[in-house]
Amino acid sequence: MKLHRIQALLMRHLYLYQRSFPRIMDILYWPVMELLLWGFISMYVGKLNVGGFNVVTVLLGAVIFWDLLSQSQRSVSVAFLEDVWERNFLNIFVTPLRISEFLTSAVILAFVRILMTGVVMGVLAALFYKFNIFIFGFYLVPFMLNLLVFGSTLGFFTTAIILRYGTSAQVLAFGFLFLLQPFSAVFYPVSVLPSFVQPIAYALPSTYVFEGMRSVITTGVFPIRDFALSIVTNVIFLVLVLWYFYRMFAIVKVKGRLMKLD
Amino acid sequence: MVVIETENLVKKFNGVAAVDGLSMQIHEGQITGLLGPNGAGKTTTIQMLLDLITPTSGAIKIFGKDMKHHREEILGRINFSSPYVALPGNLKVWENLATFARLYGVKDIKKKINDLADFFEIRNLLPKMTSSLSTGQLTRLNLTKALLNDPELLLLDEPTSSLDPDIADKTRLMLKRIQKERKVSILYTSHNMEEVEELCERVIFISNGKLKDDGTPAELVKKYGHKDLNDVFLSIARDPENNKKT
Repeated sequence: MKLHRIQALLMRHLYLYQRSFPRIMDILYWPVMELLLWGFISMYVGKLNVGGFNVVTVLLGAVIFWDLLSQSQRSVSVAFLEDVWERNFLNIFVTPLRISEFLTSAVILAFVRILMTGVVMGVLAALFYKFNIFIFGFYLVPFMLNLLVFGSTLGFFTTAIILRYGTSAQVLAFGFLFLLQPFSAVFYPVSVLPSFVQPIAYALPSTYVFEGMRSVITTGVFPIRDFALSIVTNVIFLVLVLWYFYRMFAIVKVKGRLMKLD
Repeated sequence: MVVIETENLVKKFNGVAAVDGLSMQIHEGQITGLLGPNGAGKTTTIQMLLDLITPTSGAIKIFGKDMKHHREEILGRINFSSPYVALPGNLKVWENLATFARLYGVKDIKKKINDLADFFEIRNLLPKMTSSLSTGQLTRLNLTKALLNDPELLLLDEPTSSLDPDIADKTRLMLKRIQKERKVSILYTSHNMEEVEELCERVIFISNGKLKDDGTPAELVKKYGHKDLNDVFLSIARDPENNKKT
């Protein structure tokens, strides 16, 4: 991999962000709105004094982590769609650019975006709800990295589908993650789910992150087992999705559709 | 020296051959016209040369190297320009050029862009949004992008289509200058036969994905007994099986 080519694609997107209000809004608007909504719900539920633990912290933690995952997935998919919308795909793939460099630049962009989202949401949650994101201490880093990797993997997956089936499938870039939300145990533990659904939940890396987050908040213990399982499932998903992406790219080249992504 | 060599190149889409056993050679330092009617297989051939389409069978060698195993090296030494492939309109001209300069690993990006912008007289356009450029300005921008990596081989797909006669003439003069000063080999597609006669040292005619003929414009005009290349084109396009004048 060549760094200058990864930098080229990254800069191409950062040029857009520096003067595009809608793009900045995409990073900040939805997370802030969700934070406000769930913040007030959490405060209300907290006043009902149910559960015997800090409901505000658990729900706000879940909202923030969910948005990091969502940003990561959407960032990767939209970075690809930007080139489709601008019909720039051919231009970049007649350069020596490798697919791996293309994907790496998308992950770095996703990292920049989740960092921005995380900082803004962390500050607002502290100001409005006295929520301290550093309650997770050092564990915040592995949680975030796991969400970044899984979000990027899902971004590669939706990108591969759009690549193969055209932009009529682009709704996946914005909605696919919500298919997984009920199974990821974002706002409730896996034990709440019906038993036949639980295996699906345990197959997702995100489930272990949200379970782990709740464990840190409620017991103060970092669940090493959950963390290890989140890494293992993340690696499995990443390998499978990368294989699928390369396969779709090869099929698209055989079908001559790289030029006709519309 | 041969810069492009295809051997029995075939591309089928759903069983239908768009390129059907095409064997051709493009020589170093020449402007070669790749001609043929719509649907002849020109664009498919160019896209296979750029590794955007995978051939069904056959071989492509560029600079004597197999594209399959030397893609990165080959694409670093060639470039492509087409008015049908736009650069992102939501970036400034400078930003577009800087992006592609980085993709090609250009060392002194600022100097390279400024030098080429002077050559194509687009220096004043560098701070402008690409979406605000006229068709003629976009053509010059595309050509500027195409020279960022000092390519040894340029693939130009109808670079003067949709240009008015004045800008088209200026573009042709620029292409001649590029070829002369930089010794670039150029593969050129166009439907303007006057332009092809003016620019190309050699032309390759394809029809129905097959090589129909190959030679200098003068040789082909003489061979087919027509008055100019336009008539040669018409006879090949209208009767690809038996196209010599009787």
